[in-house]
Amino acid sequence: MSAPVFSGPIVSGRDPRFERTLYKHVGVKDSWTLEYYLSHGGYGAAKKALAMTPEQVVEEVKKSGLRGRGGAGFPTGLKWSFMPKPSGKQHYIVCNADESEPGSFKDRYLMEDDPHQLIEGMIIAGYAIHATKGYIYIRGEYRRAYDRLIGAIQEAYAKGYLGQNLFALGFSFDLYVHRGAGAYICGEETALMNSLEGLRANPRLKPPFPAQAGLWGKPTTINNVESLCSVVHILDRGADWFALMGTEKSKGHKLYQVSGPFKRPGVYELPMGTTFRELLYDWAGGPTEPIQAIIPGGSSCPPLPWNDDTLDTPMDYESLVAKGSLLGTGGVIGIPASMSMVDAMWNVTRFYGHESCGKCTPCREGVSGWMVGLFEKIGTGRGRPGDVELLEDLLDQIEGRSFCALADAACWPVRGSLKHFREQYVDLVENARAVERTVPRWR
Amino acid sequence: MGFFDDKQEWLAEVFSQYPPEGRRAALMPLLRRVQQEEGWISPLRQEEIAQLVGTTATEVAGVMSFYTYFQSLPTGKYHLQVCATLSCAIGGADELWDELVQTLGILQGEVTPDGLFSIQKVECLGSCHTAPVVQVGDEPYVECVTKARLHALLQGLREGKRLEEIRLPGKAGHVVHNAGDEVVA
Ligand SMILES: Cc1cc2nc3c(=O)[nH]c(=O)nc-3n(C[C@H](O)[C@H](O)[C@H](O)COP(=O)(O)O)c2cc1C
Ligand code: SF4
Ligand code: FES
Repeated sequence: MSAPVFSGPIVSGRDPRFERTLYKHVGVKDSWTLEYYLSHGGYGAAKKALAMTPEQVVEEVKKSGLRGRGGAGFPTGLKWSFMPKPSGKQHYIVCNADESEPGSFKDRYLMEDDPHQLIEGMIIAGYAIHATKGYIYIRGEYRRAYDRLIGAIQEAYAKGYLGQNLFALGFSFDLYVHRGAGAYICGEETALMNSLEGLRANPRLKPPFPAQAGLWGKPTTINNVESLCSVVHILDRGADWFALMGTEKSKGHKLYQVSGPFKRPGVYELPMGTTFRELLYDWAGGPTEPIQAIIPGGSSCPPLPWNDDTLDTPMDYESLVAKGSLLGTGGVIGIPASMSMVDAMWNVTRFYGHESCGKCTPCREGVSGWMVGLFEKIGTGRGRPGDVELLEDLLDQIEGRSFCALADAACWPVRGSLKHFREQYVDLVENARAVERTVPRWR
Repeated sequence: MGFFDDKQEWLAEVFSQYPPEGRRAALMPLLRRVQQEEGWISPLRQEEIAQLVGTTATEVAGVMSFYTYFQSLPTGKYHLQVCATLSCAIGGADELWDELVQTLGILQGEVTPDGLFSIQKVECLGSCHTAPVVQVGDEPYVECVTKARLHALLQGLREGKRLEEIRLPGKAGHVVHNAGDEVVA
């Protein structure tokens, strides 16, 4: 058999033209030090950007086709262009490093092993949107990432890569790290701003959007860690380099995460449009026990059945929507056949119920109260005929009616599970059977 | 003496990170400092913090209750947080939790009589590929927690060792990526 020939857009990690950039240094000894970073071309992209006009930087990012890696996939360059012209007001760039969507753990190693990459991305983004101050809002539990970021920021200040007049190009930039304390809702961008300001982390009404009135009422842009790190390489290698990877509307590379029963769970940097089969078999080594479903992009994404059709689906925004799911954060969770889908969804629903901020009724009563209660009932074998229909009815009542997307995120996976695995719910209800937890999972 | 009396320099440093109109942003860093050093945030400390950031103790309590990390009751010297979310559940987090409850003889909200341990279920820690995961206080995670590793951890803590000094058998937690490296953290 001859080796596959690769031409056209890069959509496979085995394409010889593909080169890892985001995770290139992850796992390398002392990769988090400034010395290491500089010896690998570090801060070259920032220098390049600061020699351009802010508008040119925004254009380059727009041209690359980069879409936000925090889950929603909003075009990054377009978001930056919403920021007002400088008017003497303080602008802020905020990095969303709250990474709390179950199944996601990509941003963590970007910060642990390559913190200067993120600092460089913050400088470039700050310059592009006229922000002279930046905050990294990092989830409180990421202790090692926090320590490394603080160390890197100190190193950067000492060398003049942060502070006044960077690279003698006239731009000044201060960067701070703010730690969260364990609340998923703080990842929602307006809740994040409230949390940072020391208020209760309830989401804010939009409009006004952060670009108009964000942190302390000032124009603010919020971007995910991976988005900001991608910007470094877009500036370094050019928008065309980035856009050669991926599919028509999903450009570039992406950090995919694998958890659940696979041989080599971990983080894999691959071009957008790589198939699940390549990720899960070629890179993650295949399943270690029979799998019935995957959650394709973090727990809020509807599960898909484990079959050829799913495995051959390219991992990009559009293909997953076409399959009735979402790319989300790219965090793939394998659900073993030995675990009831109802049990898995019970866990996920409990998570969202626990993380509801309680501000609006559909979520507080609907998700935390009714949905969790119904799963408890069905899961413990006390389900009654009609309960599955009641659950579906609840989803209809909640979806699209809540104040922020958390309640939707709670509904989507359950709806997906009902589409593909309804019989498992019906079986529990009709036979008044509890989910089995007899398979030992812990060694 | 107030908790922050001898920490004026640190306080100034914290406040300097936020604009003058944003004094209240120091709330979380201050809560964290107390939690780290005292294992909980007593009403007295809440009051002290309220005065420092210019708000009321009720407001402080309202913010505190939002977050998993801030405790309004005393915890043990080692507060063990067990991830209970999906990937960890698939990795056996329920059984791990039961083992912990049985071994220590406490439930969530209690402290062992020797004051050493308390336990809490928490949500996804962002380490799903090394499930199941336990975090001790504010330290870096203990990953791939097998039965043997859990007991070695408890033993080490009982002996008063620092977390990084404790030798745990087996895999130490890793990130696997394209290069095929398995990196031991
Ligand atoms: C409930 C909820 C939780 C979220 N959690 C995160 C998160 O942990 N990290 C993140 O980057 N974005 C998260 N987001 C998305 C952010 O609101 C925001 O869209 C994102 O940070 C923007 O960055 P990006 O455009 O670079 O993706 C969350 C959204 C919602 C509704
Ligand atoms: S949907 Fe849930 S998390 Fe979002 S505002 Fe309403 S109660 Fe809060
Ligand atoms: S589910 Fe436990 S770390 Fe993500």
